[in-house]
Amino acid sequence: MLTILFDGVAYGMLLFILACGLTVTLGLMNFINLAHGAFAMAGGYVTVVMMNRYGISFYWCLPAAFIVSALIGLVLERTLYQWLYQVSHLDQVLFSIGIVFMAVAATDYFMGGQQQLINLPPELSGRMDVFGVGVGRYRLFTIIVCAALALALQLILSKTRFGSRLRAAVDDRRVAMGLGINVPLVFALTFAFGSGLAGLGGAMGAEILGLDPNFPLKFMIYFLIVVSVGGTSTVSGPFLAAMLLGIADVAGKYYVPAIGPFVIYALMIVMLIVRPNGLFARGGR
Amino acid sequence: MLNRRTLLAAASAALACLAQFPAAAQEAVKIGLILPMTGPFASTGRQVSAGVKTFIETHGDTVAGKKIELIIRDDAGVADQTRRIAQELVVNDGAKVLAGFGLTPLAMSVAPVATQAKVPTVVMAAGTASITKASEYITRTSGTLPQYSLPVGTWAAENGIKKVVTLVTDYGPGIDAEKWFTKEFKSKGGEIVEAVRVPLQNPDFAPFLQRVRDAKPDAVFVFLPSGVGSLFMKQFADRGLAEAGIKLIATGDVTDDDILNSMGKPAIGTITGHFYATAHDSPENKAYVEAFKKANNNMRPNFMSVGGYDGMALIYAALEKTKGDATGPAFMAAVKGLSWTSPRGPVSIDPDTRDIIQNIYIREVKDVNGELQNVEFKTFAALKDPEKAEAK
Repeated sequence: MLTILFDGVAYGMLLFILACGLTVTLGLMNFINLAHGAFAMAGGYVTVVMMNRYGISFYWCLPAAFIVSALIGLVLERTLYQWLYQVSHLDQVLFSIGIVFMAVAATDYFMGGQQQLINLPPELSGRMDVFGVGVGRYRLFTIIVCAALALALQLILSKTRFGSRLRAAVDDRRVAMGLGINVPLVFALTFAFGSGLAGLGGAMGAEILGLDPNFPLKFMIYFLIVVSVGGTSTVSGPFLAAMLLGIADVAGKYYVPAIGPFVIYALMIVMLIVRPNGLFARGGR
Repeated sequence: MLNRRTLLAAASAALACLAQFPAAAQEAVKIGLILPMTGPFASTGRQVSAGVKTFIETHGDTVAGKKIELIIRDDAGVADQTRRIAQELVVNDGAKVLAGFGLTPLAMSVAPVATQAKVPTVVMAAGTASITKASEYITRTSGTLPQYSLPVGTWAAENGIKKVVTLVTDYGPGIDAEKWFTKEFKSKGGEIVEAVRVPLQNPDFAPFLQRVRDAKPDAVFVFLPSGVGSLFMKQFADRGLAEAGIKLIATGDVTDDDILNSMGKPAIGTITGHFYATAHDSPENKAYVEAFKKANNNMRPNFMSVGGYDGMALIYAALEKTKGDATGPAFMAAVKGLSWTSPRGPVSIDPDTRDIIQNIYIREVKDVNGELQNVEFKTFAALKDPEKAEAK
């Protein structure tokens, strides 16, 4: 029972890290970026290449995955995305889904279509017993890293100057510019940061979720569920939503395997009926 | 609906015309190879096409005085595409033989085309038993799920395994595997504690594995498509199922030779049943593996590549027999009862069902000179597909 809860939390944490970058672009920058999963995939492949081809330690791969994905995000934002902030959502969706297909095809061409596997350092593999509850070491590691990140993210957005600039830029772009905030720079950094988080999620998820060229398409639906249930105006909303979905998914598959995969969708429908604007939506948005 | 029907009628009319007036180019026999070369099943397409090309390289491109022309098309693993491409190949390109087909639904979608146009169709990868029943012009050179699930059941029952949980992917081949393993294992006195089915799009195995662990069986029998199989393997080890005394037995898809080596230590000791292992010990296989690796950048050939290789062997042998006549009825008559020595061992085509008869090997994953290999240790000789054998 507790093991199931634990696995659910670990899975939820992973979903959160993968999806929270999307929260940032969608909620704060009001840009529908379906290509989010492609950045996650980039992070995953960076890890695979570094570990399997060059034998670099897993712990170094995680920051590398973050940095590489963030750089890719930054370049794409400057060259492509920035022209699309003002266009309609439909155009944004079409544009970013196009990027997804290009990423899938390119990865397939360069890396091959097979599943990529990484071998974790021994201290992270296997499981241990904590007060009689079986706990996977890697899952525990995932929970710790993701929880720390969630906390940091929340603090950055609510307590720092950059956070308030970002929120100002989102709420009213013109006024923010008038106040001397460099809005394009803020957006570019935010976008890069969101992409970097996705890359980190992809790197950490490679072990649990697997990694192949279809990763962005396979997980797009999960990102979107997390963001739509959690709402896009806060960080804590998607965080709780990811937890809820992770636990519900794992528990559903364990206790009622016959309808297991259906549980999260049912949950999503219920949540959207009860709280259409997300778990912690501010009134009027 | 009307649209589609008119289109079909037009297509079949065109096909009928074609059947009456054999194409002018008699010298070449065109083979339309339809495979998922992109998309999630691209590795299947890559392996099969590499197998096919290896055969042509080692055996030349002429047989019975005809030149063999290969047309490779990508269906990206989508059934409507497969069918559309099959029609185009037959009508526009004048393909005499269709081959390939990575997945069951893709092969099934082509069956009506094969029947109407009387085009011999060689299934090189898809593994659901019922495919060859869909058209008289379909034959197969891979294998069927029942064929290699059943021996795993026999082996388990004979080797002190009493209680088993089955865990399969919830689609055609998975259900085939579950059914025939269960049937054989129960008839030999074993007990199935629980049958778990995993959705095809499943990101995390944790809940299912926990369920297996809590049921405390002697072994868990697994069928999963090959890519997912490797992910499963890691989580199996991580969850400590092996330490809990649960053995992993599976169909060979899980320990696919293409990726087996990258699975690492957790895979060692897994028992699987399948028709081909890269490590199969025979002179034919040694020659095959060498030629294949040389032509494909040191990639390991897996069972799908052998399906492709043998598919070409079948086409060559049948054309030899008909003296180059690739028309449906003559070709299919020649196919029935053909037998040859494949890299996987002796194989033949069942004259009644047009399906392959072959040895199924029980293998254990071992470290051989620093590489993980499926090492065969027991052979079930000349097995027919049990599903069709039973139906008779």
